[in-house]
Amino acid sequence: MELLLHQVLAGLATGGIYACLALAVVMIYQAIDHLNFAQGEMAMFSTFIAWQLIELGTPYWIAFVATIAISFVAGVLIERILFRPIHNAPVLSHIVVFIALFGILNSLAGFIWDFNVKNFPTPFGSRPLLGTGLISSHDAGMIGVTILLLVFLYVFFRHTRIGLAMRAAAANPQSARLSGIRVGWMIALGWGMAAAIGAVAGMLIAPVVFLEPNMMTSVLLYGFAAAVVGGLTSPGGAVIGGFAVGVIENLAGTFIPYVGRELKLTIALFLIVAVLLVKPSGLFGRRVVSRV
Amino acid sequence: MSALLEIRELCAFYGRTQVLFGLDLDVAEGGVTTLLGANGAGKTTTLRAVSGMLHMRGDIRFAGERIAGRPIEDIVRLGIAHVPEGRGTFVRQTVEENLQIGAMARSGRAEIAADVERVYGYFPRLKERRHQQAGTLSGGEQQMLAVGRALMLRPRLMLLDEPSFGLAPLIVRELFEIFRVLNRDEKVSMLLVEQNASLALDFADEVYLIETGRLVMTGPAQELRRDETIRRSYLGY
Repeated sequence: MELLLHQVLAGLATGGIYACLALAVVMIYQAIDHLNFAQGEMAMFSTFIAWQLIELGTPYWIAFVATIAISFVAGVLIERILFRPIHNAPVLSHIVVFIALFGILNSLAGFIWDFNVKNFPTPFGSRPLLGTGLISSHDAGMIGVTILLLVFLYVFFRHTRIGLAMRAAAANPQSARLSGIRVGWMIALGWGMAAAIGAVAGMLIAPVVFLEPNMMTSVLLYGFAAAVVGGLTSPGGAVIGGFAVGVIENLAGTFIPYVGRELKLTIALFLIVAVLLVKPSGLFGRRVVSRV
Repeated sequence: MSALLEIRELCAFYGRTQVLFGLDLDVAEGGVTTLLGANGAGKTTTLRAVSGMLHMRGDIRFAGERIAGRPIEDIVRLGIAHVPEGRGTFVRQTVEENLQIGAMARSGRAEIAADVERVYGYFPRLKERRHQQAGTLSGGEQQMLAVGRALMLRPRLMLLDEPSFGLAPLIVRELFEIFRVLNRDEKVSMLLVEQNASLALDFADEVYLIETGRLVMTGPAQELRRDETIRRSYLGY
């Protein structure tokens, strides 16, 4: 029983990271209708920036905030420079650019900071929380930061004018432009926010998976799984999907014989296939119906 | 005095297909101009060209300022509200959020809140449904919402694309009564595209009749209403 509880809590902690990444993926998907394959590499690169700042002697939380700001600006720039010019291009052109971005960020990080595994500090400490041994303080911190982030995003999208403008731009770009909304900038803003959310996810998961250029590859896969499970059209669904994937992955790894650590990643792929077979729009997504 | 909206030698294209061939059209300050013609004559295209939604050639001036070739958002921000074909409803957002979206080009929280109430004054039914998802509204209510959204811009000119389309006669009468009030009391100029020619002729001051992208006839609405030949051959009633 205690093992079960322990695994569920640990699953929620990593699930929070998947939720953040899924949220970033969904935000860009809503804005431009494509999956950003480079989302994980963007998060990894942000994490290296944070690591560099900390190495230079910056206090953790200042580095944390600075990294979010830098990532936001970088996200906006990536949209303006790389994706704005091809916004009318077919899907495959987008995918090629995503893969290029993936490759560039990955090798650039390797070139600047080399491929050796680095330790990344945690501001929460790694002792057991409250001495119960149920959950480590870093895991608890991850859950806490994730929830804070989600509340912030909820308030932003529900209760601010710019949040409404972004939702309008994603829902009906043509009609949004006719209302005077600068849709192009809303998309860039979405990229910036997605990059910033990814940076938070990267900095929180780095103490667990260790920092190196390939650290996000499997995490992104879980993020995609979370987004698909929850529904690519539903930010709330992506979050629930993230937590669900984290818990399922942990429980399967512990309680299903033969899965163990090695086959954990397969669970994510299995979830993607299963959801696509049973409910292609995801658990909380809505079917896109278009009149012809 | 020159007109509020002046269109000169407008040519418009969908891809390589030319749809408008040198159209001239004016909307007077405070006036109502209607554009009539059969399906595919280029009426909707003309409105889209004014809003900057398609590739065009020619000159379009609004209050003397050249707007041809500018981005949609900039044209809208000058005070041109386009009530588009299909109504452009934000179906997942609430009625009130739809109205808020219409005010995105403006600032001033208090004024915007007052204007939301003003729109509810015109369309009490929208107020009853203010927290409902806009996609659940009936066709007539969505048309009211589209007009309401346009009003939130505080427009000087409204481009109305077949507002009567698919609506029950009673609702159409209600809607045009409100257009009349807006035109008379708030001095909103209008460019109206309609299938229902008799309705449009009753409402408008000036009429432009087009056929396959070319101007066939223009004149005051009163005169065209009386001219039986034109009514029979072009307007079908």
